[in-house]
Amino acid sequence: MSPSSPLHLAVALDGTGWHPASWREPVARPRDLFTAGYWADLVAEAERGLLDFVTFEDGLGLQSSHHLDPDDRTDQVRGRLDAVLLAARIAPLTRHIGLVPTAVVTHTEPFHLSKAIATLDYVSTGRAGVRVQITARPHEADHFGRRTIPRIDSYDSPVVTDLFDEAADYVEAVRRLWDSWEDDAEIRDVATGRFIDRDKLHYIDFEGRHFSVKGPSITPRPPQGQPLVTALAHQTVPYRLVARQTDVGYVTPRDAEHAREIVAEIHAEREAAGRAEREASSGGDQPVHVFGDQPIHVFGDLVVFLDDDPAAATARRERLDEAAGEPYESDARIFAGSPAQLADLLQELQAAGLTGFRLRPAVLGHDLPAITRALVPELQRRDAFRRAYEADTLRGLLGLARPANRYAAA
Amino acid sequence: MTKPLKQIHLAAHFPGVNNTTVWSDPEAGSHIEFSSFAHFARTAERAKFDFLFLAEGLRLREQGGHIYDLDVVGRPDTFTILTALAAVTEHLGLTGTINSTFNEPYEVARQFASLDHLSGGRSAWNVVTSWDAFTGENFRRGGFLPQDERYSRAKEFLATAGELFDSWHGDEILADQETGVFLRDAKAGSFVHTGQHFDIHGQFNVPRSPQGRPVIFQAGDSEEGREFAASSADAIFSRYAALKEGQAFYTDVKNRLAKYGRGHRDLLILPAATFALGDTDAEAEELAREVRRQQVSGATALRHLEFVWNRDLSSYDPEGPLPEIDPLVSDEHISRGRAQVRMYRDPLATAREWRELAAANQWSIRDLVIHTGNRQTFVGSPETVARTINEYVQADASDGFILVPHITPTGLDVFADKVVPLLQEQGVFRTEYEGTTLRDHLGLAHPDDVRGERAAS
Repeated sequence: MSPSSPLHLAVALDGTGWHPASWREPVARPRDLFTAGYWADLVAEAERGLLDFVTFEDGLGLQSSHHLDPDDRTDQVRGRLDAVLLAARIAPLTRHIGLVPTAVVTHTEPFHLSKAIATLDYVSTGRAGVRVQITARPHEADHFGRRTIPRIDSYDSPVVTDLFDEAADYVEAVRRLWDSWEDDAEIRDVATGRFIDRDKLHYIDFEGRHFSVKGPSITPRPPQGQPLVTALAHQTVPYRLVARQTDVGYVTPRDAEHAREIVAEIHAEREAAGRAEREASSGGDQPVHVFGDQPIHVFGDLVVFLDDDPAAATARRERLDEAAGEPYESDARIFAGSPAQLADLLQELQAAGLTGFRLRPAVLGHDLPAITRALVPELQRRDAFRRAYEADTLRGLLGLARPANRYAAA
Repeated sequence: MTKPLKQIHLAAHFPGVNNTTVWSDPEAGSHIEFSSFAHFARTAERAKFDFLFLAEGLRLREQGGHIYDLDVVGRPDTFTILTALAAVTEHLGLTGTINSTFNEPYEVARQFASLDHLSGGRSAWNVVTSWDAFTGENFRRGGFLPQDERYSRAKEFLATAGELFDSWHGDEILADQETGVFLRDAKAGSFVHTGQHFDIHGQFNVPRSPQGRPVIFQAGDSEEGREFAASSADAIFSRYAALKEGQAFYTDVKNRLAKYGRGHRDLLILPAATFALGDTDAEAEELAREVRRQQVSGATALRHLEFVWNRDLSSYDPEGPLPEIDPLVSDEHISRGRAQVRMYRDPLATAREWRELAAANQWSIRDLVIHTGNRQTFVGSPETVARTINEYVQADASDGFILVPHITPTGLDVFADKVVPLLQEQGVFRTEYEGTTLRDHLGLAHPDDVRGERAAS
């Protein structure tokens, strides 16, 4: 890969930004968080910067500084809107940028999510994706009352492995539902009075350890065929989910060497999954669909403080940490510096095998425009980023083909 | 007439997946593309309608073991399409049918509260229940619910969602950048619900929305359904659009309100209504007849006869006489995923009655299905239709109508252009939106005001 091959850029939207004190910055609009206008402005800015897509964070409980429990804090942003609906509200106001809401798969229905994302794809004319997420928080299980989730000591716990297995089944069911209508199922044949050719609608008959789904979907196959599926992963079990079931994985490498290891692990998992699928599908009556044959993107997640003067970025980070009363720690590497320095880092990580980045702006009101108005031009100068949108769909922007329908007769 | 004129409420039902939606017409467009929904919503808003209404079905219908292929098949996700429509409209209410059997309160409350925020207070929820394992096969928890538990679950679902909506009062978010206090109360959104169907507790994570709660619709017609509506709903989506039946239903339901401490205006009765418009009454009659024939092809006629006969009748000629063979009376029904087949409680009697009708009128199978099917509610010139609608509302047959056009997405255009101006001239329909929320359009009190009044009394 040459140092100036194009890379992909996404931005992760969450509240007023990823730093817990970001809402206190004058540029933040904390009182507007629950209005459509606030989110429309952010996505319009991202689209002006020609970004591939934005993600919307979500959760089935109040935000917390603890991994597993509520924290009773009143000094940080609390409360959020449903991410899929946020994306739907923004879709008609945008034209090119991809919209990737988060969906928690632990307590929700694959049938509902599949039609929601398919519908988002229709509403955005082919720009929808989803980021799937599990939750191991016992108190969030109590919001649903259907199951209890035992308290875990670490994310190596078998409880978490099981939740990821369930997530893999969930994505499988969702993907089958997207394919449960062939593209040309609607025929409107006046001569025979048939609106659809029912032979082109398929029961998915998904049966897993956790649930079964009959199908077909109530919603026809979406414009992209398969909207983008993405997931964040920090270790082997989620890497496996990324490798087997997604189009884009978000990872959090410490440095280029770490990035190389992660990418190698994901690619190895994907090849193994592809082999297994090919073996399973030769001779069985299951749909022939070999996911491992499709390319996969591995994006690096970075929290960013961006200022023309690197010292200003560092000072801003310190000021925010002070306002928060503690240094902000993240699962992702935190970058504070200039657009040129960040461009250097992105290209270095790209050379290690990452194909793109999901940047988490520390302060949305400041760092999002810094990305779109300073980082993007810097990357364009290096021939490392698009100068215009080159495709009409999100898959197209990412160089992914529209997949064949697994149920269509070859 | 000394009674002051009632103001009419009008809504637009996006054409659904019954045979009444004509897809074979050259005018008929997509049922899935967003442009269809946007056109329909903009027409309704241009005409100052109260709201748009979306039905829902969570399993494709089957007949004789196959997916039913003669009617429109395929719909979008309700929440997603309504929220997108909030971006292309400013005032129009957005009413979605959401099933209480195949959802959980925490998630549905989040979705409605989000829709209400993202639309500036225009959300409404038509609460429906199912009980069939057939639909349940699409859901991880399955869906079988004994029929006698449907309303108890629906009621508890609605009550639980209400507790979630009320778990935030609206004053919790300070977002004081000086002092660093974002939340007035760390326990905002706390709830505990222990009941027969739901046992949940924790904190709800969507702050109080502009309307406090979505406007609540109810569509069931049983004794239980009526009681449920009288106790808990803001509006009823009713099936009684005809004058006499409408008046009977209206009186029945409004008289149930007092025992729940509610007034006559706290619950609106809005029947579904179809229409056929022409320049003259005669032209409209002609169009109405033509549309009814479009709605019932020969193939459709046979399938509709199967609802009663409960047997495969595909070998019969739709232009020929009714089957001599009797219906098959069985708990196993040839049609699945459809509510209307339950209307024929005594199939043998219905078959006898239909044979007699057909013989007396020399009707073929197709003729019979066309004639026994639903006639359009309002047929006539714009003047006739406007006058009739107003008469019905003033005579307390309803508080307005939810109009169901037979063509997507342009089926509402002519009504908006020709009938609405006449109602406006009569001073019984708004010429401008007076408020911003759906509650404003419907003349319903905000839940906070209701709570305040109750606390004060």
